[in-house]
Amino acid sequence: MRLTTNVDAAPGRSPRQAIPFLLPALVVLAALVLYPLVFSLIRSFFDASGDEFVGLRNYVDTFTDPRTLIAFRNNVIWVVVAPAAVTGIGLILAVLTERIRWATAFRLVLFMPMAISLFASGIIFRLVYEEAPNQGVVNAVLVGVHDMFSPSSQYPGARPRTGYTATDAGFVGDAPVQAGDTVMLPLVGFSPQQVPPQALPASTPASGSGELRGVVWLDVSVGGKAGKVDPTERGLPGVAVEAVRDGQVVARTTTGDDGRFTFPDLAEGDAVVHLPSSNFSLPFRGMTWLGPSLITPVIISSWIWIMTGFAITFIAAGLSAIPRDALEAARVDGATEWQVFRRVTIPLLSPVLLVVFVTLVINVLKIFELVFVIAPGSVQEEANVLALQMWQVSFGTGGDQGAGSALAVILFVLVAPAMLFNIRRFRRERS
Amino acid sequence: MRKQLIALLAFTAVAGVSACSGGAAGTSSDLKGQTVEIVGPWTGDEQKNFEKVLEAFKSKTGADVKYTPAGDELPTVLQTRVSGGTPPNVALIAQPGLVAQFAKAGALKPVGAEVDKAVTEHNAAVWKQFASVDGKLYGFTFKTANKSAFWYSEKAFGQVGATPPATWDDLVKTSKAIAETGLAAVAVGGADGWTLTDWFENVYLRTAGPDNYDKLSKHEIPWTDPSVRKALEELAKLWGDPTLIAGGALQTEFPKSVINVFGDTPNAAMVFEADFVASVITTNTKAKVGQDAKFFPFPSVAGSKDAVVAGGDMAVQFKDDRATTELMKFLASPESGEIWAGQGGFLSPNKDVKSYPDDVTRDLAKRIVDAGDNVRFDMSDLAPAAFGGTKGAGEWKDLQDFLANPKDVDGIMARLEVNAAKAFGK
Repeated sequence: MRLTTNVDAAPGRSPRQAIPFLLPALVVLAALVLYPLVFSLIRSFFDASGDEFVGLRNYVDTFTDPRTLIAFRNNVIWVVVAPAAVTGIGLILAVLTERIRWATAFRLVLFMPMAISLFASGIIFRLVYEEAPNQGVVNAVLVGVHDMFSPSSQYPGARPRTGYTATDAGFVGDAPVQAGDTVMLPLVGFSPQQVPPQALPASTPASGSGELRGVVWLDVSVGGKAGKVDPTERGLPGVAVEAVRDGQVVARTTTGDDGRFTFPDLAEGDAVVHLPSSNFSLPFRGMTWLGPSLITPVIISSWIWIMTGFAITFIAAGLSAIPRDALEAARVDGATEWQVFRRVTIPLLSPVLLVVFVTLVINVLKIFELVFVIAPGSVQEEANVLALQMWQVSFGTGGDQGAGSALAVILFVLVAPAMLFNIRRFRRERS
Repeated sequence: MRKQLIALLAFTAVAGVSACSGGAAGTSSDLKGQTVEIVGPWTGDEQKNFEKVLEAFKSKTGADVKYTPAGDELPTVLQTRVSGGTPPNVALIAQPGLVAQFAKAGALKPVGAEVDKAVTEHNAAVWKQFASVDGKLYGFTFKTANKSAFWYSEKAFGQVGATPPATWDDLVKTSKAIAETGLAAVAVGGADGWTLTDWFENVYLRTAGPDNYDKLSKHEIPWTDPSVRKALEELAKLWGDPTLIAGGALQTEFPKSVINVFGDTPNAAMVFEADFVASVITTNTKAKVGQDAKFFPFPSVAGSKDAVVAGGDMAVQFKDDRATTELMKFLASPESGEIWAGQGGFLSPNKDVKSYPDDVTRDLAKRIVDAGDNVRFDMSDLAPAAFGGTKGAGEWKDLQDFLANPKDVDGIMARLEVNAAKAFGK
């Protein structure tokens, strides 16, 4: 107290004195925040060139444009799913890591994605979800697991050249055959290089002799005639062939190394030759993650990966601030760990959880980079969000900055309640 | 940034002053002390090659030339420079719409009589149209792209003994033969919409003819026109057969579609796109252009004549002092093109440029020159960007939807027309 007598007795009481100190900050604030805000608002009432006043037309256009409506829908999905998921996962991981010895190291690892820019993370996830299993790790795992349980077929994609009708069960011959006939089965749609090494050159089996005979061969060669066994063409070993009569399989065999097959004791009467689809089923290639239906969940999942570290850090800080005696008291009273978590930890943590949640909501509303990077051009419309749409309208497509400003204002109006909420919270905490 | 700006201002000021004083100078070889600034899109190797061209101009005339690379941001850079009152002397612009915009705003100077004469002498008449606005010639295409080429893997064609098809029906037939070997016929980079617009433009130019092409470019006929249907139906002959198109096309970007044909694990035999496919092959795969990777021109559809869809960078002038005019004259002459052509990675519409380093490039350039007046500028580049140049919107998105479902010709035409009307209406 004694010291203060030398200077102004009541600092901060005189507004005149405060002005010079506040002025630099006010100028910066006005130039960088207030002016752009007001300018955007005014600009949103003008047309693309900025010369003509159009009233609310930009807003009407925005709410009638199907592209923007998809962006709205996606933003709603984002806000409903992403912040809640991240807060939930963050809570669980924070509580669990509190119990382990290397908690800090563990949290550090989980926090690491936050150190990467969203743009770089986007590029990483673009590759992670790549469709080709030899490039995208998610599909590589899916294909690996799938092939462990049901190995792929021997001749994926191969099909008879003509004379067979494709069904779900396989290929069914159009023409009936009888014992004593010779069935020619030229297959195409398969690379000659991938024919098994034990395959021998194909040849036409002799007819007659009361057996149904045939040959399955790869009818692909340079200068080869379609449907004819040419000298360089090889038989396909191991193809399952069935004889079907009245919808019932009456005989079953597989081809030899020269592609030939024989049904030795086929009874009299017509039958059809059937090639089961198990011979040709295409290998499982995983899922089209970056297609129109899955793109938004995919992008949300990568955002969750990035932001979980953020949630953990905040919630862990909140956890360490919880009075231990409250937890101990509950345990002494015989509460199970679940009850402690549910009835004591969560209520005590709720202020922190709310702040984390609201911050994430703001973050989600302005999501841009991930969508821009991860979604291929063909599904950008399906993955679109408001911030991306705003950028595209303003700078991407002939630059309609009037409509872009309208979108910016709408985005601002959407973010504002969450921001106000946070500001009021902070203020209440301080008082 | 600031330093650069001051430097630029200084340069242009010098250029302005010297232009006034240089007016009285005698021969064209004496432009010493004058400075010309040229803005272009090229960076990296292309920048080095173009600077060699400018070096030749310098040693010929003594004028100082400063090249400012602007990359993909060239339209923004130029618009800012022009509205700031400090345009460069010469710019190379790939967007005809931007040229027209500058010309109408009075920012561009029409070319002089000598440049006009050189352009007429060395190029087919159609090239003058590309750079003309309201009947006045504002420039010429200095570097062009041949967007009518199918690149094929020699090995994949050898598997079935296929030869480059000359007609669209042959192409479909060859594709089917290739599909019999278990390989898809064509890799399509469908994640990038511009590859699909190039597909459509090539088919349309052949089925509907150059006149309709011009009309559709200006939206004088609607996208629901029967000629559009015909082109889409031809396209569907190829796109509509799932065994012919490599899987996941809509998730495949253009460079990957090239690697899918010429890389270590190919899944298709052909890829359609412009001459710059060659550089993608060279930088990303082990295949050798001209041996493993060859090209054939986009086949004729229903008996159409040779035609080429081209893109290109147009040289235009913002000033008309003597040094600028001399530079334009130099760029319009075969002499400048010869220098870059010799370095590779360059095609010129100039029929007297002959120094191409290899057969493939020479052939690509020859196709453009031989097509004469049947060359057309890339239609999507002529359209407003909202329709022809936006990722995931307009023509790009509609053709991506068509690739996803080639049966829905009517639906796509209706959507194209709605989007075109909206973009052209503004």
